[in-house]
Amino acid sequence: MSGRSSPSGGSLAPYLQVAPLAFLMITMVGIPLLTVVLLSFWEFDGIAVYPAFTWANYKEVLSSPVTLSLFLSTLKYALMTLIATTVVGFTCSYFLVFHVRDLRVQIALFLLCTIPFWTSNVIRMVSWIPFLGREGLFNSLLMQAGIIDQPLDILLYSDFAVVLTYIHLFTLFMIVPIFNSMAKINPNLIEAARDAGASGWQILWGVIVPLSKTGIALGSIFVVTLVMGDFFVVRVMSGGQSASVVSAMKNNIDQLYYPVASAMAVLLIIVVLLMVTAILRVVDIRSELAR
Amino acid sequence: MSQSTTNRRGAAFYLLATFFALFVIFLYGPMLMIFILSFQGPTGGLTFPMRGVSTHWFHDLWTSSRYGDLGGAFRRSLVLGGLSLAITAVVCLFAGLAFRRRFWGAGPIFYLSIVSLVVPGILLGLGISQLFQLLGLRLAWWLSGLGAHLSWTLPFGLLIMFAVLNRFDGSWEEAARDAGASPRQVLSYVTVPILFPGLIAVALFGFTLSYDEMPRSLLTVGAKNTLPIEISNMTTNVTTPALYAIGTVTSAVSFLVIATAFITIAIVQKRRARAKGKSA
Repeated sequence: MSGRSSPSGGSLAPYLQVAPLAFLMITMVGIPLLTVVLLSFWEFDGIAVYPAFTWANYKEVLSSPVTLSLFLSTLKYALMTLIATTVVGFTCSYFLVFHVRDLRVQIALFLLCTIPFWTSNVIRMVSWIPFLGREGLFNSLLMQAGIIDQPLDILLYSDFAVVLTYIHLFTLFMIVPIFNSMAKINPNLIEAARDAGASGWQILWGVIVPLSKTGIALGSIFVVTLVMGDFFVVRVMSGGQSASVVSAMKNNIDQLYYPVASAMAVLLIIVVLLMVTAILRVVDIRSELAR
Repeated sequence: MSQSTTNRRGAAFYLLATFFALFVIFLYGPMLMIFILSFQGPTGGLTFPMRGVSTHWFHDLWTSSRYGDLGGAFRRSLVLGGLSLAITAVVCLFAGLAFRRRFWGAGPIFYLSIVSLVVPGILLGLGISQLFQLLGLRLAWWLSGLGAHLSWTLPFGLLIMFAVLNRFDGSWEEAARDAGASPRQVLSYVTVPILFPGLIAVALFGFTLSYDEMPRSLLTVGAKNTLPIEISNMTTNVTTPALYAIGTVTSAVSFLVIATAFITIAIVQKRRARAKGKSA
């Protein structure tokens, strides 16, 4: 056992302590994911699934023209959401860290941003319906103000509604890590930059943005994976008009096409992992977290 | 604060404060609206105007059979939340303590937890349900469903535990050990009491993430649904304010749990501050 040569003297304690977590992670994450990979190579005759080794499922997924457009539309959602949540998350964190001076107020406002995280995503999504609908609050406000004469149809059951809901649900995944990185910035650095004659914008771009990179990267990983993994928001908020990779996968699952769904899932995991790796290439999160 | 020169609020402050305020309205406004709309009169619809104020739709939830087994789903979600809370707190406490030392396999277990966070929930649900099928086990909300929930709550709990332990001074344990405390005594008289506020945070995540979990549950709970699944079914079938009423009920539960956690942490911190003041 290499544990024996560990610096703390080689006791069994850490193994016993980590055993429950290891057991649950292996049985509920590791093996199930391997099952999905395994399943993607199995045969499916339209009724039942048979153990085999075939590339047919991948061929079916990859040869379908729908697959590419699904991936593209999912990436489009991810990119739009990523840009919006980064801008909003950065601005809010910047305000909290550098403009709110009372630490207690800062923490209170920060918690205000995070509380919705502990409530239901389904309900938060549903809550946009009375606002965006044809007879919704936004349309009636615009009509009353005389800006439009006809209610806008593109507000609900559209790509707009999907992305708006994503922003609503996922911005806090950006705020928390960016806030964390910004809170670690030494105020003396900003003071020094100011003394050296840097303007407000120069401090922002030259000091604060580079030092918040870890937070932005962590937030991006969360936002991208959450959007890429969603099927429910895209289905409900687009009114069934748009689809994403996972919502198509969900349709396959509903029709019991498990091997095809698994093949799509494996492709999706590969794409997501590539994106996460790309983000990690830009920012070395592990070395920064250790600071 | 004597720096009167930097104390003046510039235009940037007001601009940013407005932006932040708008964001908070964006965050809470829609939710507030469905809370209000859930008190629609019996003839009211899904949007404004309010046609009277009543608790009609709340009664409707309990009495009508249109909405399926809401009561049972609610009970199951509460039980699952409670189980996840307890298991997440205990498992993450010990795992967090283990990760303070180097041990064989630490990396793979950590990365597996991160994978569980980023992998699409429904995909993991597919994996768990298929695994159960291959093993010839029946899907049940208290087994495969609970496992799926733990795959979501444990990684969050672990990350919070890391943050909590980052600020934990191990020399307290050392001192207790030197004074002759057994490992069990160190744990129950030193480590756990000091980490208590952090453990409440872990427990809060354990409950709320499980209570609101939908994508991972969908394929793993078997024949009996949890509340979020029932609600997500309602979003496509129900076109009355009853949908908002169930939203108000489930959000009230969430807010109650969040408030309980925050208040407990605040009480512990206050007591500590007072104890510190006395000893000084």
